[in-house]
Amino acid sequence: MSLLLPVSTIWWREVIRFFRQRSRLFSAIAQPLVFWILIGSGLSASFQPAGTSEKQGYIEYFYPGIVVLVLLFTAIFATISVVNDRREGFLQGILVSPVPRWCIVFGQALGGTTLALIQGILLLIIAPLIGIKFGLTSLIVTLGVMFLIAFGLTNLGLIIAWRMESTQGFHAVMNLILIPIWLLSGAFFPITGVPDWLGWVMKINPLTYGLAAFRHSLYSNTIPTGTELPLWTLSILITSVFCVLTFLGAAFTAYSQTN
Amino acid sequence: MENRITVENLSHSYGSRRALDNVSFTVTCGEILCFLGPNGSGKTTLFKILSTLIPPISGSVNILGYDLYTEKNAIRKLLGVVFQDPGLDPKLKVYENLKHQCHLYGYKGKDLNYRISELLEKFDIKDRSNDLVEVLSGGLQRRVEIAKAMVHSPKVLLLDEPSSGLDIAIRRQLSDYLNLLATTENILILITSHLIDEAEMSGKVGILNNGKLVSLGTPTELKSQIVGDVVLIEASNIDVLSGTIADRFSVSTTIINDNLHVACEQGHEFVREVLTAFPDEIENVRIGKPTLEDVFVKLTGNPFE
Repeated sequence: MSLLLPVSTIWWREVIRFFRQRSRLFSAIAQPLVFWILIGSGLSASFQPAGTSEKQGYIEYFYPGIVVLVLLFTAIFATISVVNDRREGFLQGILVSPVPRWCIVFGQALGGTTLALIQGILLLIIAPLIGIKFGLTSLIVTLGVMFLIAFGLTNLGLIIAWRMESTQGFHAVMNLILIPIWLLSGAFFPITGVPDWLGWVMKINPLTYGLAAFRHSLYSNTIPTGTELPLWTLSILITSVFCVLTFLGAAFTAYSQTN
Repeated sequence: MENRITVENLSHSYGSRRALDNVSFTVTCGEILCFLGPNGSGKTTLFKILSTLIPPISGSVNILGYDLYTEKNAIRKLLGVVFQDPGLDPKLKVYENLKHQCHLYGYKGKDLNYRISELLEKFDIKDRSNDLVEVLSGGLQRRVEIAKAMVHSPKVLLLDEPSSGLDIAIRRQLSDYLNLLATTENILILITSHLIDEAEMSGKVGILNNGKLVSLGTPTELKSQIVGDVVLIEASNIDVLSGTIADRFSVSTTIINDNLHVACEQGHEFVREVLTAFPDEIENVRIGKPTLEDVFVKLTGNPFE
């Protein structure tokens, strides 16, 4: 039996459900957008990110971070629906079918990734408004990077979701793990000038490299001078490894949590 | 391919709590076997083991010739499963739910369309195929669930509490349909239930209590274990009366749903005597044939709750 069919049908369901739940469509993008406008505007007068050029104000610095936050939120919301599915009969119905567990996880991960990408692209449209201009090649590379980030984050969410019995537990994990990962990725403030211990935490945070890759692709490798960012190749490499590892982790969790 | 499920000495525990205790039975294609038992009797554990969701701790399970421990994937292709929790996606249309299920089993194109339109026809849900599942009534949703479990023409259909939440008329309809399915398509159907009337409508009944399979047979066979009649007495101070009657007439009495059930050989004679003895206490009395509930009480010594 071709495994493509079950993977694509699980993916398709995640996507179609999303569009039929208007509130989800709105909530994943509205909150980061409000964050961006309020925090970005509020801080831009008093805060010049260390190591960035004067031309790039805080609102522009914060923008890639907000796109990644949208990816993170959508990935989380997508995986929360897995918790509900697991509690109800729908996922059980898939679990008793001959579809291998890793295919189920792959379909779910692609579903979450697609939703995150759609939201991310909606946000990408406003990039030119704040002075970020990119050509076609740069756009394609950017979308590729966004795909990798979203895929990794969705799988990270799935590792947690497959262990959770209820969505309440998920919110605690989200606040304790997922949001700090984002905060310490260079999304909110650059690594330049932070205390040593914090610098190390940021250096071992895989999302730091995802965000760096995103910044590189967004500016077609012409990052405003002076920014202390991990190199493009290193960023892409670590982000890709993160994708593979989180996927293996999610598939392993699915196997170990079910029979 | 063999045409039966054989379960031998099946046991399962959750920690120190024994959920299934040495359960053995055989059931053949074309039969409907209903596992009847109160909550906590082990029904759901048995259901989860047979549907390959949890591995048994000891004992052997052979489903149509395949071993549950080593040939799980082959078994999954033969099983259609209807869970107690809603197994449909309410945000998908009826047709989309069926299509999703078809894809999981590798059907597409013409084959998929043929299977779905046949099921829509058979389950009389054709005119609702473009409706979102969330707008359907409970009874209709159950029908779609069973249709969904049937897309790959399974040889074994497992249903966990299929009629919970359905009223008696729809329960009867469902049961008629399952009977038809078992006989015309030679499918083996296993049901779990805590409803006496649902069990009465099944071909065979297995009574489960505290993880043990207490008895197995057709409803008639099971009820023949109770000789004679069952007299049902309604009274206000039923607890006191129960003891008094048991002592005075040397009969076994049980209280089920605020009725006093008395098993006795000659129902009509007993009624005359008991009415003479307690003319003021008794409010209503009738003679009935034993039900599976009476059988359960007799076999386990516990009320069926």
